[in-house]
Amino acid sequence: MTVIELQNVSRSYGEGPPALEDVSLSVQRGEAIAILGPSGSGKSTLLNLIAGLDRPTAGTVTVAGTRIDTLGEAGSARFRRSGIGMIFQFFNLLDDLTVEANVLLPAQLAGAPRAEASRRAAQLLDTLGIARHAKAYPGRLSGGERQRVAVARALMNRPALLLADEPTGALDSASGEEVRRLLNDLHADGQTLVLVTHDESLASACASRMIRLIDGRIASDSAATAIEAGAVR
Amino acid sequence: MSTLGGVVRSGIGRRRVQAVVIMLASLITATATVLAGSLLIASSAPFDRSFTEQNGAHLTAQFASAAATESQLSATASASGVTGSEGPFRTVTATPVPQGGRGPGMPAMTVVGRADPSNATVDRVKLTEGRWATGPGEIVISADGGLRLRAGLVLTFPDLPGSPSFTVVGIARSVSRTADAWVAPASIDTLSTADRPSGYQMLYRLAAASSAADIDAGRDAVMSSLSQEALLGTQSWLNTKATSEQTTALFVPFLVAFGLLGLIMAVLTVGNVVSGAVGAATHRIGVLKAIGFTPKQVVWAYIGQALIPASLGIGIGVVAGNLLTVPVLVETEDLYGTTISGVNVGYDIVVVVATLAVVILTGWAAAWRGGRLRTVDALAVGRAPAAGRGRLAARLSAVLPLPRPVSLGLAQPFARPIRTVAMVAIVGFGSASVTLGIGLASSMAEVQEARTHDKAPVAISALRQEGPRPEGPPEITADPAAVVAAVSAQPGTKGYYGLGETKAAIVGTSGSFDVMYFTGDATIGGFVMTEGRWFSGAGEAVVPTPLLTATGSRIGDSITLDVKGSLVSVRLVGEVFSTENQGMQIFTDLGTFAALSFKPFQYRVALTPGTDVTTYVDALSPSLKPLGLTPHANNQDEESEILIIINSLTAMLTVMLIAVAGLGILNAVVLQTRERIRELGIHKALGMVPRQAVTMVISSVVVAGIVGGAIGVPAGMAIHDTMVPAMGDNAGLTLPRVVLDIWHPELLVLLAFGGLAIAVAGSLLPAGWAARIRTATALRTE
Repeated sequence: MTVIELQNVSRSYGEGPPALEDVSLSVQRGEAIAILGPSGSGKSTLLNLIAGLDRPTAGTVTVAGTRIDTLGEAGSARFRRSGIGMIFQFFNLLDDLTVEANVLLPAQLAGAPRAEASRRAAQLLDTLGIARHAKAYPGRLSGGERQRVAVARALMNRPALLLADEPTGALDSASGEEVRRLLNDLHADGQTLVLVTHDESLASACASRMIRLIDGRIASDSAATAIEAGAVR
Repeated sequence: MSTLGGVVRSGIGRRRVQAVVIMLASLITATATVLAGSLLIASSAPFDRSFTEQNGAHLTAQFASAAATESQLSATASASGVTGSEGPFRTVTATPVPQGGRGPGMPAMTVVGRADPSNATVDRVKLTEGRWATGPGEIVISADGGLRLRAGLVLTFPDLPGSPSFTVVGIARSVSRTADAWVAPASIDTLSTADRPSGYQMLYRLAAASSAADIDAGRDAVMSSLSQEALLGTQSWLNTKATSEQTTALFVPFLVAFGLLGLIMAVLTVGNVVSGAVGAATHRIGVLKAIGFTPKQVVWAYIGQALIPASLGIGIGVVAGNLLTVPVLVETEDLYGTTISGVNVGYDIVVVVATLAVVILTGWAAAWRGGRLRTVDALAVGRAPAAGRGRLAARLSAVLPLPRPVSLGLAQPFARPIRTVAMVAIVGFGSASVTLGIGLASSMAEVQEARTHDKAPVAISALRQEGPRPEGPPEITADPAAVVAAVSAQPGTKGYYGLGETKAAIVGTSGSFDVMYFTGDATIGGFVMTEGRWFSGAGEAVVPTPLLTATGSRIGDSITLDVKGSLVSVRLVGEVFSTENQGMQIFTDLGTFAALSFKPFQYRVALTPGTDVTTYVDALSPSLKPLGLTPHANNQDEESEILIIINSLTAMLTVMLIAVAGLGILNAVVLQTRERIRELGIHKALGMVPRQAVTMVISSVVVAGIVGGAIGVPAGMAIHDTMVPAMGDNAGLTLPRVVLDIWHPELLVLLAFGGLAIAVAGSLLPAGWAARIRTATALRTE
């Protein structure tokens, strides 16, 4: 089943060269893909388009069966609630809220029943090994722990797709390794994952497929390469 | 462009919303200041100004034509102490009805034959509508006669031979109150008959006219060359002035208070907006210092950023204030027959300088703090509030059974306690202003209602009289029993009373007092008691507070009146609210003066509900005509004009105060939303829809709205309840309870939501912005 379908997607900002140009991409359920490329190659723009945070200037974006490029702010927000979980480089946790409150937030915004949401949050915190920090504030946690909280929050509404934007970019190597294992585990459990990173080792460790972007275009797609190689054989 | 200029320009460009808020707050401040100042100017001695402008008559004298000739009267112009005169003008008293016979009956009016007085030496009567009467059949009506007539109306005088008709061609005001109507000199012949000959009116300016003794001396000088029988009556400008100023004297303190409140509120808010805008830029101040700006340059850079939009706002505000003021002053001009220029350049300059000074001072105070911060400390101040603040509130609000966007919003103010306190103060001041404004307006209306005595809708007065009487109505000579019988027999009569007036001295006290005597049930006249009860029969009296004070009496005491040489003792049984004749009045039963054979001058009739005044007057008229009486509508709404002016001004000021408070909140919420933009991006990335973003932002001001309202409304009430009796005391009056009892439950409920409404209204714009901002943009913002 196709979870992400991009057809001839372009995104331009003002008069300059497009951030993305004529990108077509298809991601199947359970796949873990890594999007790599240098700064300014269009990685974040592509991630924003898949997350419904931005809209393409041309082409179509379909995620989990929904055309999200035609949705308004409210529609795409509703879609994100149920369809997408996001992990950011700098965690983007709310410092005024406890770990538990941070994790609960997506369910609360979606209007989920309190008891059910609390059970799910407790289960996630337990699974991710941070249950003891439930009442703590994010500022007291290590980088790895904070990213675990972010992962828990991203998974709260059981999204079809997990997007990770440089998830180890702000972590030391030990914490980065911790997050890498976590993402691997999630992939192993069947979670569809899109990973944007500079880190080749993270990409090769976590992703089954790598896409390289250069100047807004797909320079290489390991899946296509494999298909081509199979065809040659 | 200098480096400093560049920083100022880029600062304004980066903070457009704040620049607009500063501009608008300054605009409203300047507008409110001009308007409030005009309010004070308009309420300051309007009689004196219009008297000077019209060169009003110090002494108005009526003469009998049978006892003085025109040349004799003209010669009085050179009497000792007379500095100017107009006349003699022929004058008659006649009773008109509107043509067609329909419409409320009208009282007898003093008509003066006078050519266009616009260039007269004395009493330059001012036209407020239409033109002066120049030909036969044309009449100009006094705007002070209590009759709401318009140009074009035709008045018929049915009692005169041939029932002559006159078309109203103009409405005019004489500050000296010299006539009820004017016609061209030749037209007086049409209005006079052999049995009702015309008299003469002379108007005098006197060299000394500041006291009653001066006026008496002037009158004696005029009369030195005339026989005493020639003089029918005189009118002193001092009495006219006293009557006129009764209208404004009580209201002036209200106007001053409200005007000052408007100014204080506007200044506080513009200061708050400017200091908030500068205070929020601490991080940028750090950057400027890091690249080499001196503290002085930093301060001027931020003063400049406030000063440019403020100057624009003040300029527009002064123009707007003058434009708004003109129609209000035109109303005042109409009311007093004076001319007031709406544009007072000197005052405008004061407003501009003072408002700019406030902007500079508040901007300087805020920027000075930033300028003095160590660069490293200024740089360390980020956009977001310091971590740790407001966590308890966030925790507590999270457990409330409320939608999450609401609980998130409710917790936000606790992260910035100082700003929240400022927001509460703005809402509190706004609520207090609105509460006080509404309270003062309600109290003024109650004062006006309470001081308007004699409110029965129908009046009955003598149909004809022997000659013009400048002061007081003609005495009714008909048998009172016959009058009462006619009135009682008329369907629609609810009650009636007769009233008359005489002068009295009080034994042991100097001066002359007005005695109002009544027959029948005078309580239907709307007299409001402040203490005790209305008199119930002969020998009892009620008096206003000033008379109690002047005589050192209390309720229950007896005073002795000297009326036309007869000593009459009355017991004071109540204190009545009255501002007429400075409260030097005595109200008693006609029976008190049984030995003096007094009769009522007029009757008043109250009607049963649903009875039409015109129909009633038309039906009663035939029964009264044989008695020499005429019924007519008793118009008591002449003073409502000043209430209209005051109400429109207070309404404008109230709206402006609300707008200024709303701008203060807007500014605070814009700062708050900007600081939390990244949080907003996170929320949106997690699925917060625009409606929820709006809810969160609006919820963030709910606490300030409720607390500000909870403080502001009682504060406004307390100020009102302290101020109003103090104003009464200043005027030497005990105000009736009803003037203070204005806080009805439904009004309080409305006011209680006022603070919340101000806060929510102020947050709507940034809430909309929060809803619209794209998630990716919000997340990128540092």
